[in-house]
Amino acid sequence: MPSTFDTVASIIAETCDIERDTIKPESHAIDDLGIDSLDFLDIAFAIDKAFAIKLPLERWTQEVNDGKATTEQYFVLKNLCARIDDLVAAKGAVGS
Amino acid sequence: MQLEYFQLIDRIVAIDLAGRTIRTEARVPLESTIFQGHFPGHPLMPGVLLIEAMAQTAGWLVIAAARFERMPFLAAVKEAKLRTFVTPGQLLSLAAELVHEGSGYAITAASIAVDGKTVCNAEITFKVMEFPSPEFRATMEAWGERLKFPLEARPAGAQQHG
Repeated sequence: MPSTFDTVASIIAETCDIERDTIKPESHAIDDLGIDSLDFLDIAFAIDKAFAIKLPLERWTQEVNDGKATTEQYFVLKNLCARIDDLVAAKGAVGS
Repeated sequence: MQLEYFQLIDRIVAIDLAGRTIRTEARVPLESTIFQGHFPGHPLMPGVLLIEAMAQTAGWLVIAAARFERMPFLAAVKEAKLRTFVTPGQLLSLAAELVHEGSGYAITAASIAVDGKTVCNAEITFKVMEFPSPEFRATMEAWGERLKFPLEARPAGAQQHG
């Protein structure tokens, strides 16, 4: 079973036509990979489908805009993957 | 359909919130200044306006799903296929399905049929956000009423006006 990072990196590579090898856990989706907000919607859609979750993009964006969080917390891929794992775990906890 | 006012659907036929689908209809006008240029002597409904008609149909579905609390704005059109010509006077049967309701965005699949035959279809993405102002929301509610937006899909406070 692929790791969360492998799945996310594959989604990004395919959605944004970025070389898979250039996508690292430390990559910042916006600053390093150049993904804009519209492309990120496609990525969010693919992640939502792949993990059966709903990335809370609006809340994250609001927190960044309000200065309560940094983009690194949500858009550095290893951090994004940790959030995804949390959401999957929370969903499992609710369902159990 | 009032092409010059960008009002591209005439009536909401049905919204199925459980099934996340909508059907609307619109009749292409027999005459419009648009046909003077598209094309002289050979009037055709412009493909971009067919796409806009699908977007408006899907947009009303997103509004209904959000109970008039949020407004969709067109963000992306994918796999748009204009399969055959649409001409003045034709009755369009439009349909859309809410494929995915994300956080701040929605993915829809929309199509238009004439006489039961699909003439175009596309996947349409919206950014979904707060109404820019209460006045804007009121305008959309009034527009929805003109289109016979179903009572059951309206916000609770608006049903008394329907």
